[in-house]
Amino acid sequence: MAKKKIVLTFPPELTESPLTYHLVKDFDLAINILKAKITPGKEGKLVIELSNGAEENIQAGIDFLKDQGVFVEPVSKEIVFDEAKCIHCGSCTAVCHPRALNIAAPDWKLKFDKELCIVCESCVKACPMQIIKVTF
Amino acid sequence: MKTYAEINEKIKQGKAVVFTAEEIIEVVKEKGYKDTAREVDVVTTATFGPMCSSGAFLNFGHSDPPIRMSKVWLNDVPAYAGIAAVDAYIGATELSETKGFAYGGAHVIEALVRGEKIELKATSYGTDCYPRKEIQTLISLNDLNQAYLFNPRNAYQNYSVAVNSSNRTIYTYMGTLLPNLGNATYSTAGELSPLINDPYYRTIGIGTRIFLGGGIGYVAWEGTQHNPNQNRNANGIPTSSAGTLALIGDLKQMNHQYLRAALFDRYGVSMYVGVGIPIPILDEEILKQAAISNREINATVYDYSVPKRSKPNYGQVTYAELRSGSITINNKTTPTAPLSSLYEARQIAGTLKEWINEGQFSLTEPVQPLPTDLKVNSLEIK
Repeated sequence: MAKKKIVLTFPPELTESPLTYHLVKDFDLAINILKAKITPGKEGKLVIELSNGAEENIQAGIDFLKDQGVFVEPVSKEIVFDEAKCIHCGSCTAVCHPRALNIAAPDWKLKFDKELCIVCESCVKACPMQIIKVTF
Repeated sequence: MKTYAEINEKIKQGKAVVFTAEEIIEVVKEKGYKDTAREVDVVTTATFGPMCSSGAFLNFGHSDPPIRMSKVWLNDVPAYAGIAAVDAYIGATELSETKGFAYGGAHVIEALVRGEKIELKATSYGTDCYPRKEIQTLISLNDLNQAYLFNPRNAYQNYSVAVNSSNRTIYTYMGTLLPNLGNATYSTAGELSPLINDPYYRTIGIGTRIFLGGGIGYVAWEGTQHNPNQNRNANGIPTSSAGTLALIGDLKQMNHQYLRAALFDRYGVSMYVGVGIPIPILDEEILKQAAISNREINATVYDYSVPKRSKPNYGQVTYAELRSGSITINNKTTPTAPLSSLYEARQIAGTLKEWINEGQFSLTEPVQPLPTDLKVNSLEIK
């Protein structure tokens, strides 16, 4: 099943429209809200993951959003960590809600699953070695 | 029953039987305490965690004309110079006067160990015998006469588990603690940790030779705030922070892999220090303690959102629970995260084992035991 993470930027006049409702109802998509900053009457930002649909449904949903005046971009930011400098302490895993950064038995080495990462950037500051960065 | 001399003789002959404190758990399961105590000579323990109470004494040598340095900066980080003319102490947590939180004493120490050049600045009031009033030059570890780590408090025997019950994120030396018991952090190597494997300090004492930061070091004294009277569980393991060690070792032998500057967000600079301590298996009782496993070690969960000396607690959990990835507090599942590196601690325990197997590292009997009865005083405001 197709999945896509996108960043939506709403002009102020659209922040009160039930756009996600239409994505569910009209395009049969499952929406996972990863990050949201919406204040009525001001520009809003929403990071969502669209799933549960075929590739064409996701594309149709995105086209619909664009028609409504929403600016749509793929999630292009990415978390990278310099493994050679990592001491595998685990401090970053403490703030990683989606469990993209994970440390566990048997080897207790830090593992990063990019697919799970929502690029919230909490780990960047939580890393005592300062070796986690965001790339664009 | 074995003696230090007998074990050292076996080390010299390359015949000593050595296991790490994790490996010994399986050996005991298979062979029982009695046979294992007879066959095994040494158990190696280790930890690699943030240890703020660390720093180094440096002697710069004399310039011409000479200076009695009264203020010293290394890469803009102040070092304490209120000792003799060209001696200074650089503390791990001291912050740069120009870069603030981004750089501190720990970074200077790591850079020295990496062989990098450091800018030394010093000022003085000038005396008849030390006329120079200021100096600015570059130094590196090889240029220094002496450079030794002297850490007043390392290798804590157990520590708190930290949570945050408030509704805002807090930033602590136990890492970033999420609101509403959103996470729990812990910071010892558990069953591999030095003083947890010798809970009554029967073999680790003043003069014990150890692995420190990749080189050889010694236990210099009991650590500051050494608290042998902490509550203990049925296995004799303190249920929160208890014994501590003051450690000393030659910086020139050390390796930056085991001495790493760290930054705790909105808290400050600290240093990860690698410590490995051998435990001689002199008798069955010492083996029993060294073979302790994570489910037999408890730690107390403290609420760090209460900024008081005495924090409320949520009872105890075992290290087996902490290592499972989550604990239950108030019927809620809270994910756990370590702050100290078990991966690196295992490397250290393994390296120390190798040193002993190769006959490069012999054991020392403490010249004096650590105190087993000592009260920790608080600071009262008078």
